[in-house]
Amino acid sequence: MAPAVFLLLVWMLVPLCMTLWFSLRDYRPLRGGDLGFVGLENFVRFVSSSSFWPAVFTTMLIVGGVLLVSIIFGVLLAMLLDQPMWGQGVVRILVIAPFFVMPTVSALVWKNMFMDPTNGVFAHIWRAFGADPVVWLTDVPILSLIMIVSWQWLPFATLILLTAFQSLDSEQLEAAEMDGAGPLARFFFIALPHLSRAITIVILIQTIFLLAVFAEIFVTTGGAFGTRTLTYLIYQRVLESQNVGLGSAGGVYAIILANIVALFLMRIVGKNLDR
Amino acid sequence: MARAVTTQRKALNTALAWLVGLVIFFPILWTILTSFKTEAEAIANPPIILFFDWTLENYGVVQERSNYVRFLWNSVIIAGGSTLLGILIAIPAAWSMAFVPSRRTKDILLWMLSTKMLPAVGVLYPIYLLCIQLGVLDNRIALVVILMLINLPIIVWMLYTYFKEIPGEILEAARMDGAGLKEELLYVLTPMAVPGIASTILLNFILAWNEAFWTLNLTSVDAAPLTAFIASYSSPEGLFFAKLSAASTMAIAPILILGWFSQKQLVRGLTFGAVK
Repeated sequence: MAPAVFLLLVWMLVPLCMTLWFSLRDYRPLRGGDLGFVGLENFVRFVSSSSFWPAVFTTMLIVGGVLLVSIIFGVLLAMLLDQPMWGQGVVRILVIAPFFVMPTVSALVWKNMFMDPTNGVFAHIWRAFGADPVVWLTDVPILSLIMIVSWQWLPFATLILLTAFQSLDSEQLEAAEMDGAGPLARFFFIALPHLSRAITIVILIQTIFLLAVFAEIFVTTGGAFGTRTLTYLIYQRVLESQNVGLGSAGGVYAIILANIVALFLMRIVGKNLDR
Repeated sequence: MARAVTTQRKALNTALAWLVGLVIFFPILWTILTSFKTEAEAIANPPIILFFDWTLENYGVVQERSNYVRFLWNSVIIAGGSTLLGILIAIPAAWSMAFVPSRRTKDILLWMLSTKMLPAVGVLYPIYLLCIQLGVLDNRIALVVILMLINLPIIVWMLYTYFKEIPGEILEAARMDGAGLKEELLYVLTPMAVPGIASTILLNFILAWNEAFWTLNLTSVDAAPLTAFIASYSSPEGLFFAKLSAASTMAIAPILILGWFSQKQLVRGLTFGAVK
């Protein structure tokens, strides 16, 4: 296992140290290069810049929105797919398919063919009901992004929750039914507690991926209309305005944030490893 | 928790599930349908769903205008290369962790997982700079290596969980029957490990194919894979729904087909064995 460990160690440590190093310097490749050590100034400036809090807020809205949609609909869908039916295999394939669509494709398809205010499918539907089409990506940009990203991640949540559902003991449910528990009681007192671990895992894994959402914003709004997330803000600082020092300080914040989430995930995964 | 239900109930389930399934699948279906329309039909109001003149013209135009095949080739090389390289490096690691575990094995596994959690944007500039310094910006080999490193933790983890399921007793039995290390590896372990390795390759190929942070930021012309090719459609000129659809269909078709084979592995691979 030595080569794998060594490679990952280098892959992790070298860029990490470089980011830390840059974050302590005033480094702008296009405007004078490395202008020397500035201590923690970048960290203070990143947090006090006017775009920081809106970016945090946007990130929370998108991550929270997608989590909410994918968990609620994921549980419902998993429950539905777990029922006996004809053509279960095909339905499963239909539901899972969005997960395999590359992010740039799903974002562009949604942006143009569904959310376009004149020719999009939604515009047709709105007009059919006599309503004015919504200009999705400018009027409700964050909602639009939540819809696009949820569509991509709902299959993942559904699949994992379905796997968890299938391990639920049917005898337990039958026993509860015989004892007079209604469908709601069976759901809240037996199914949901059984799912709690799977739900936690979905939340943690998705949070890590959702914090890093990039391509969907890149090809739809380019960070305009208040859709600049923390990840996108750092990307803009580093590559677009080439303020590497400031961007690296933001990167350090992002790394710390991701690590807090990762810590909880690792604890669950680690516990599972012992069994 | 499948239970006996009435036919009526089953029919209701079926209808509801198919309806929901089709709604979720609709964007993909719509993209595929639109790719066979002319541009005028693609934006017709009201939309034409099935009864249009099916044409392959868009596919030709996309290939002609932007040389789709070149991007496809880059995607194949980057996704395939990074997966194979990752597998080669991960097999010995997962093997030794599964069969000769030490006290530190668990910590090492968890640590590997933690490298996967590192947000890419946090190390964007260092990697970008290193690529420039080494002269490998917009280079396929560089992307093969980077995507391999990104997916290596998942590859090791998946292989580990598969190898772990191979019972140790079977090795003892083989040894008792006089098998040497060579026979053990070749005739006992390899056949049992192949399905796990195949699933791991499949899932990681898909993940690498769809990766859209490094491929967008580290390529421009020569090494650009399909993710970047599609992104170039984000600033359209003139009529383009049908062409966008054709390009999108070509970019996702291979992976949709592979993806359908890998549903089960998806759960195991992406939850690191925490949900089976």
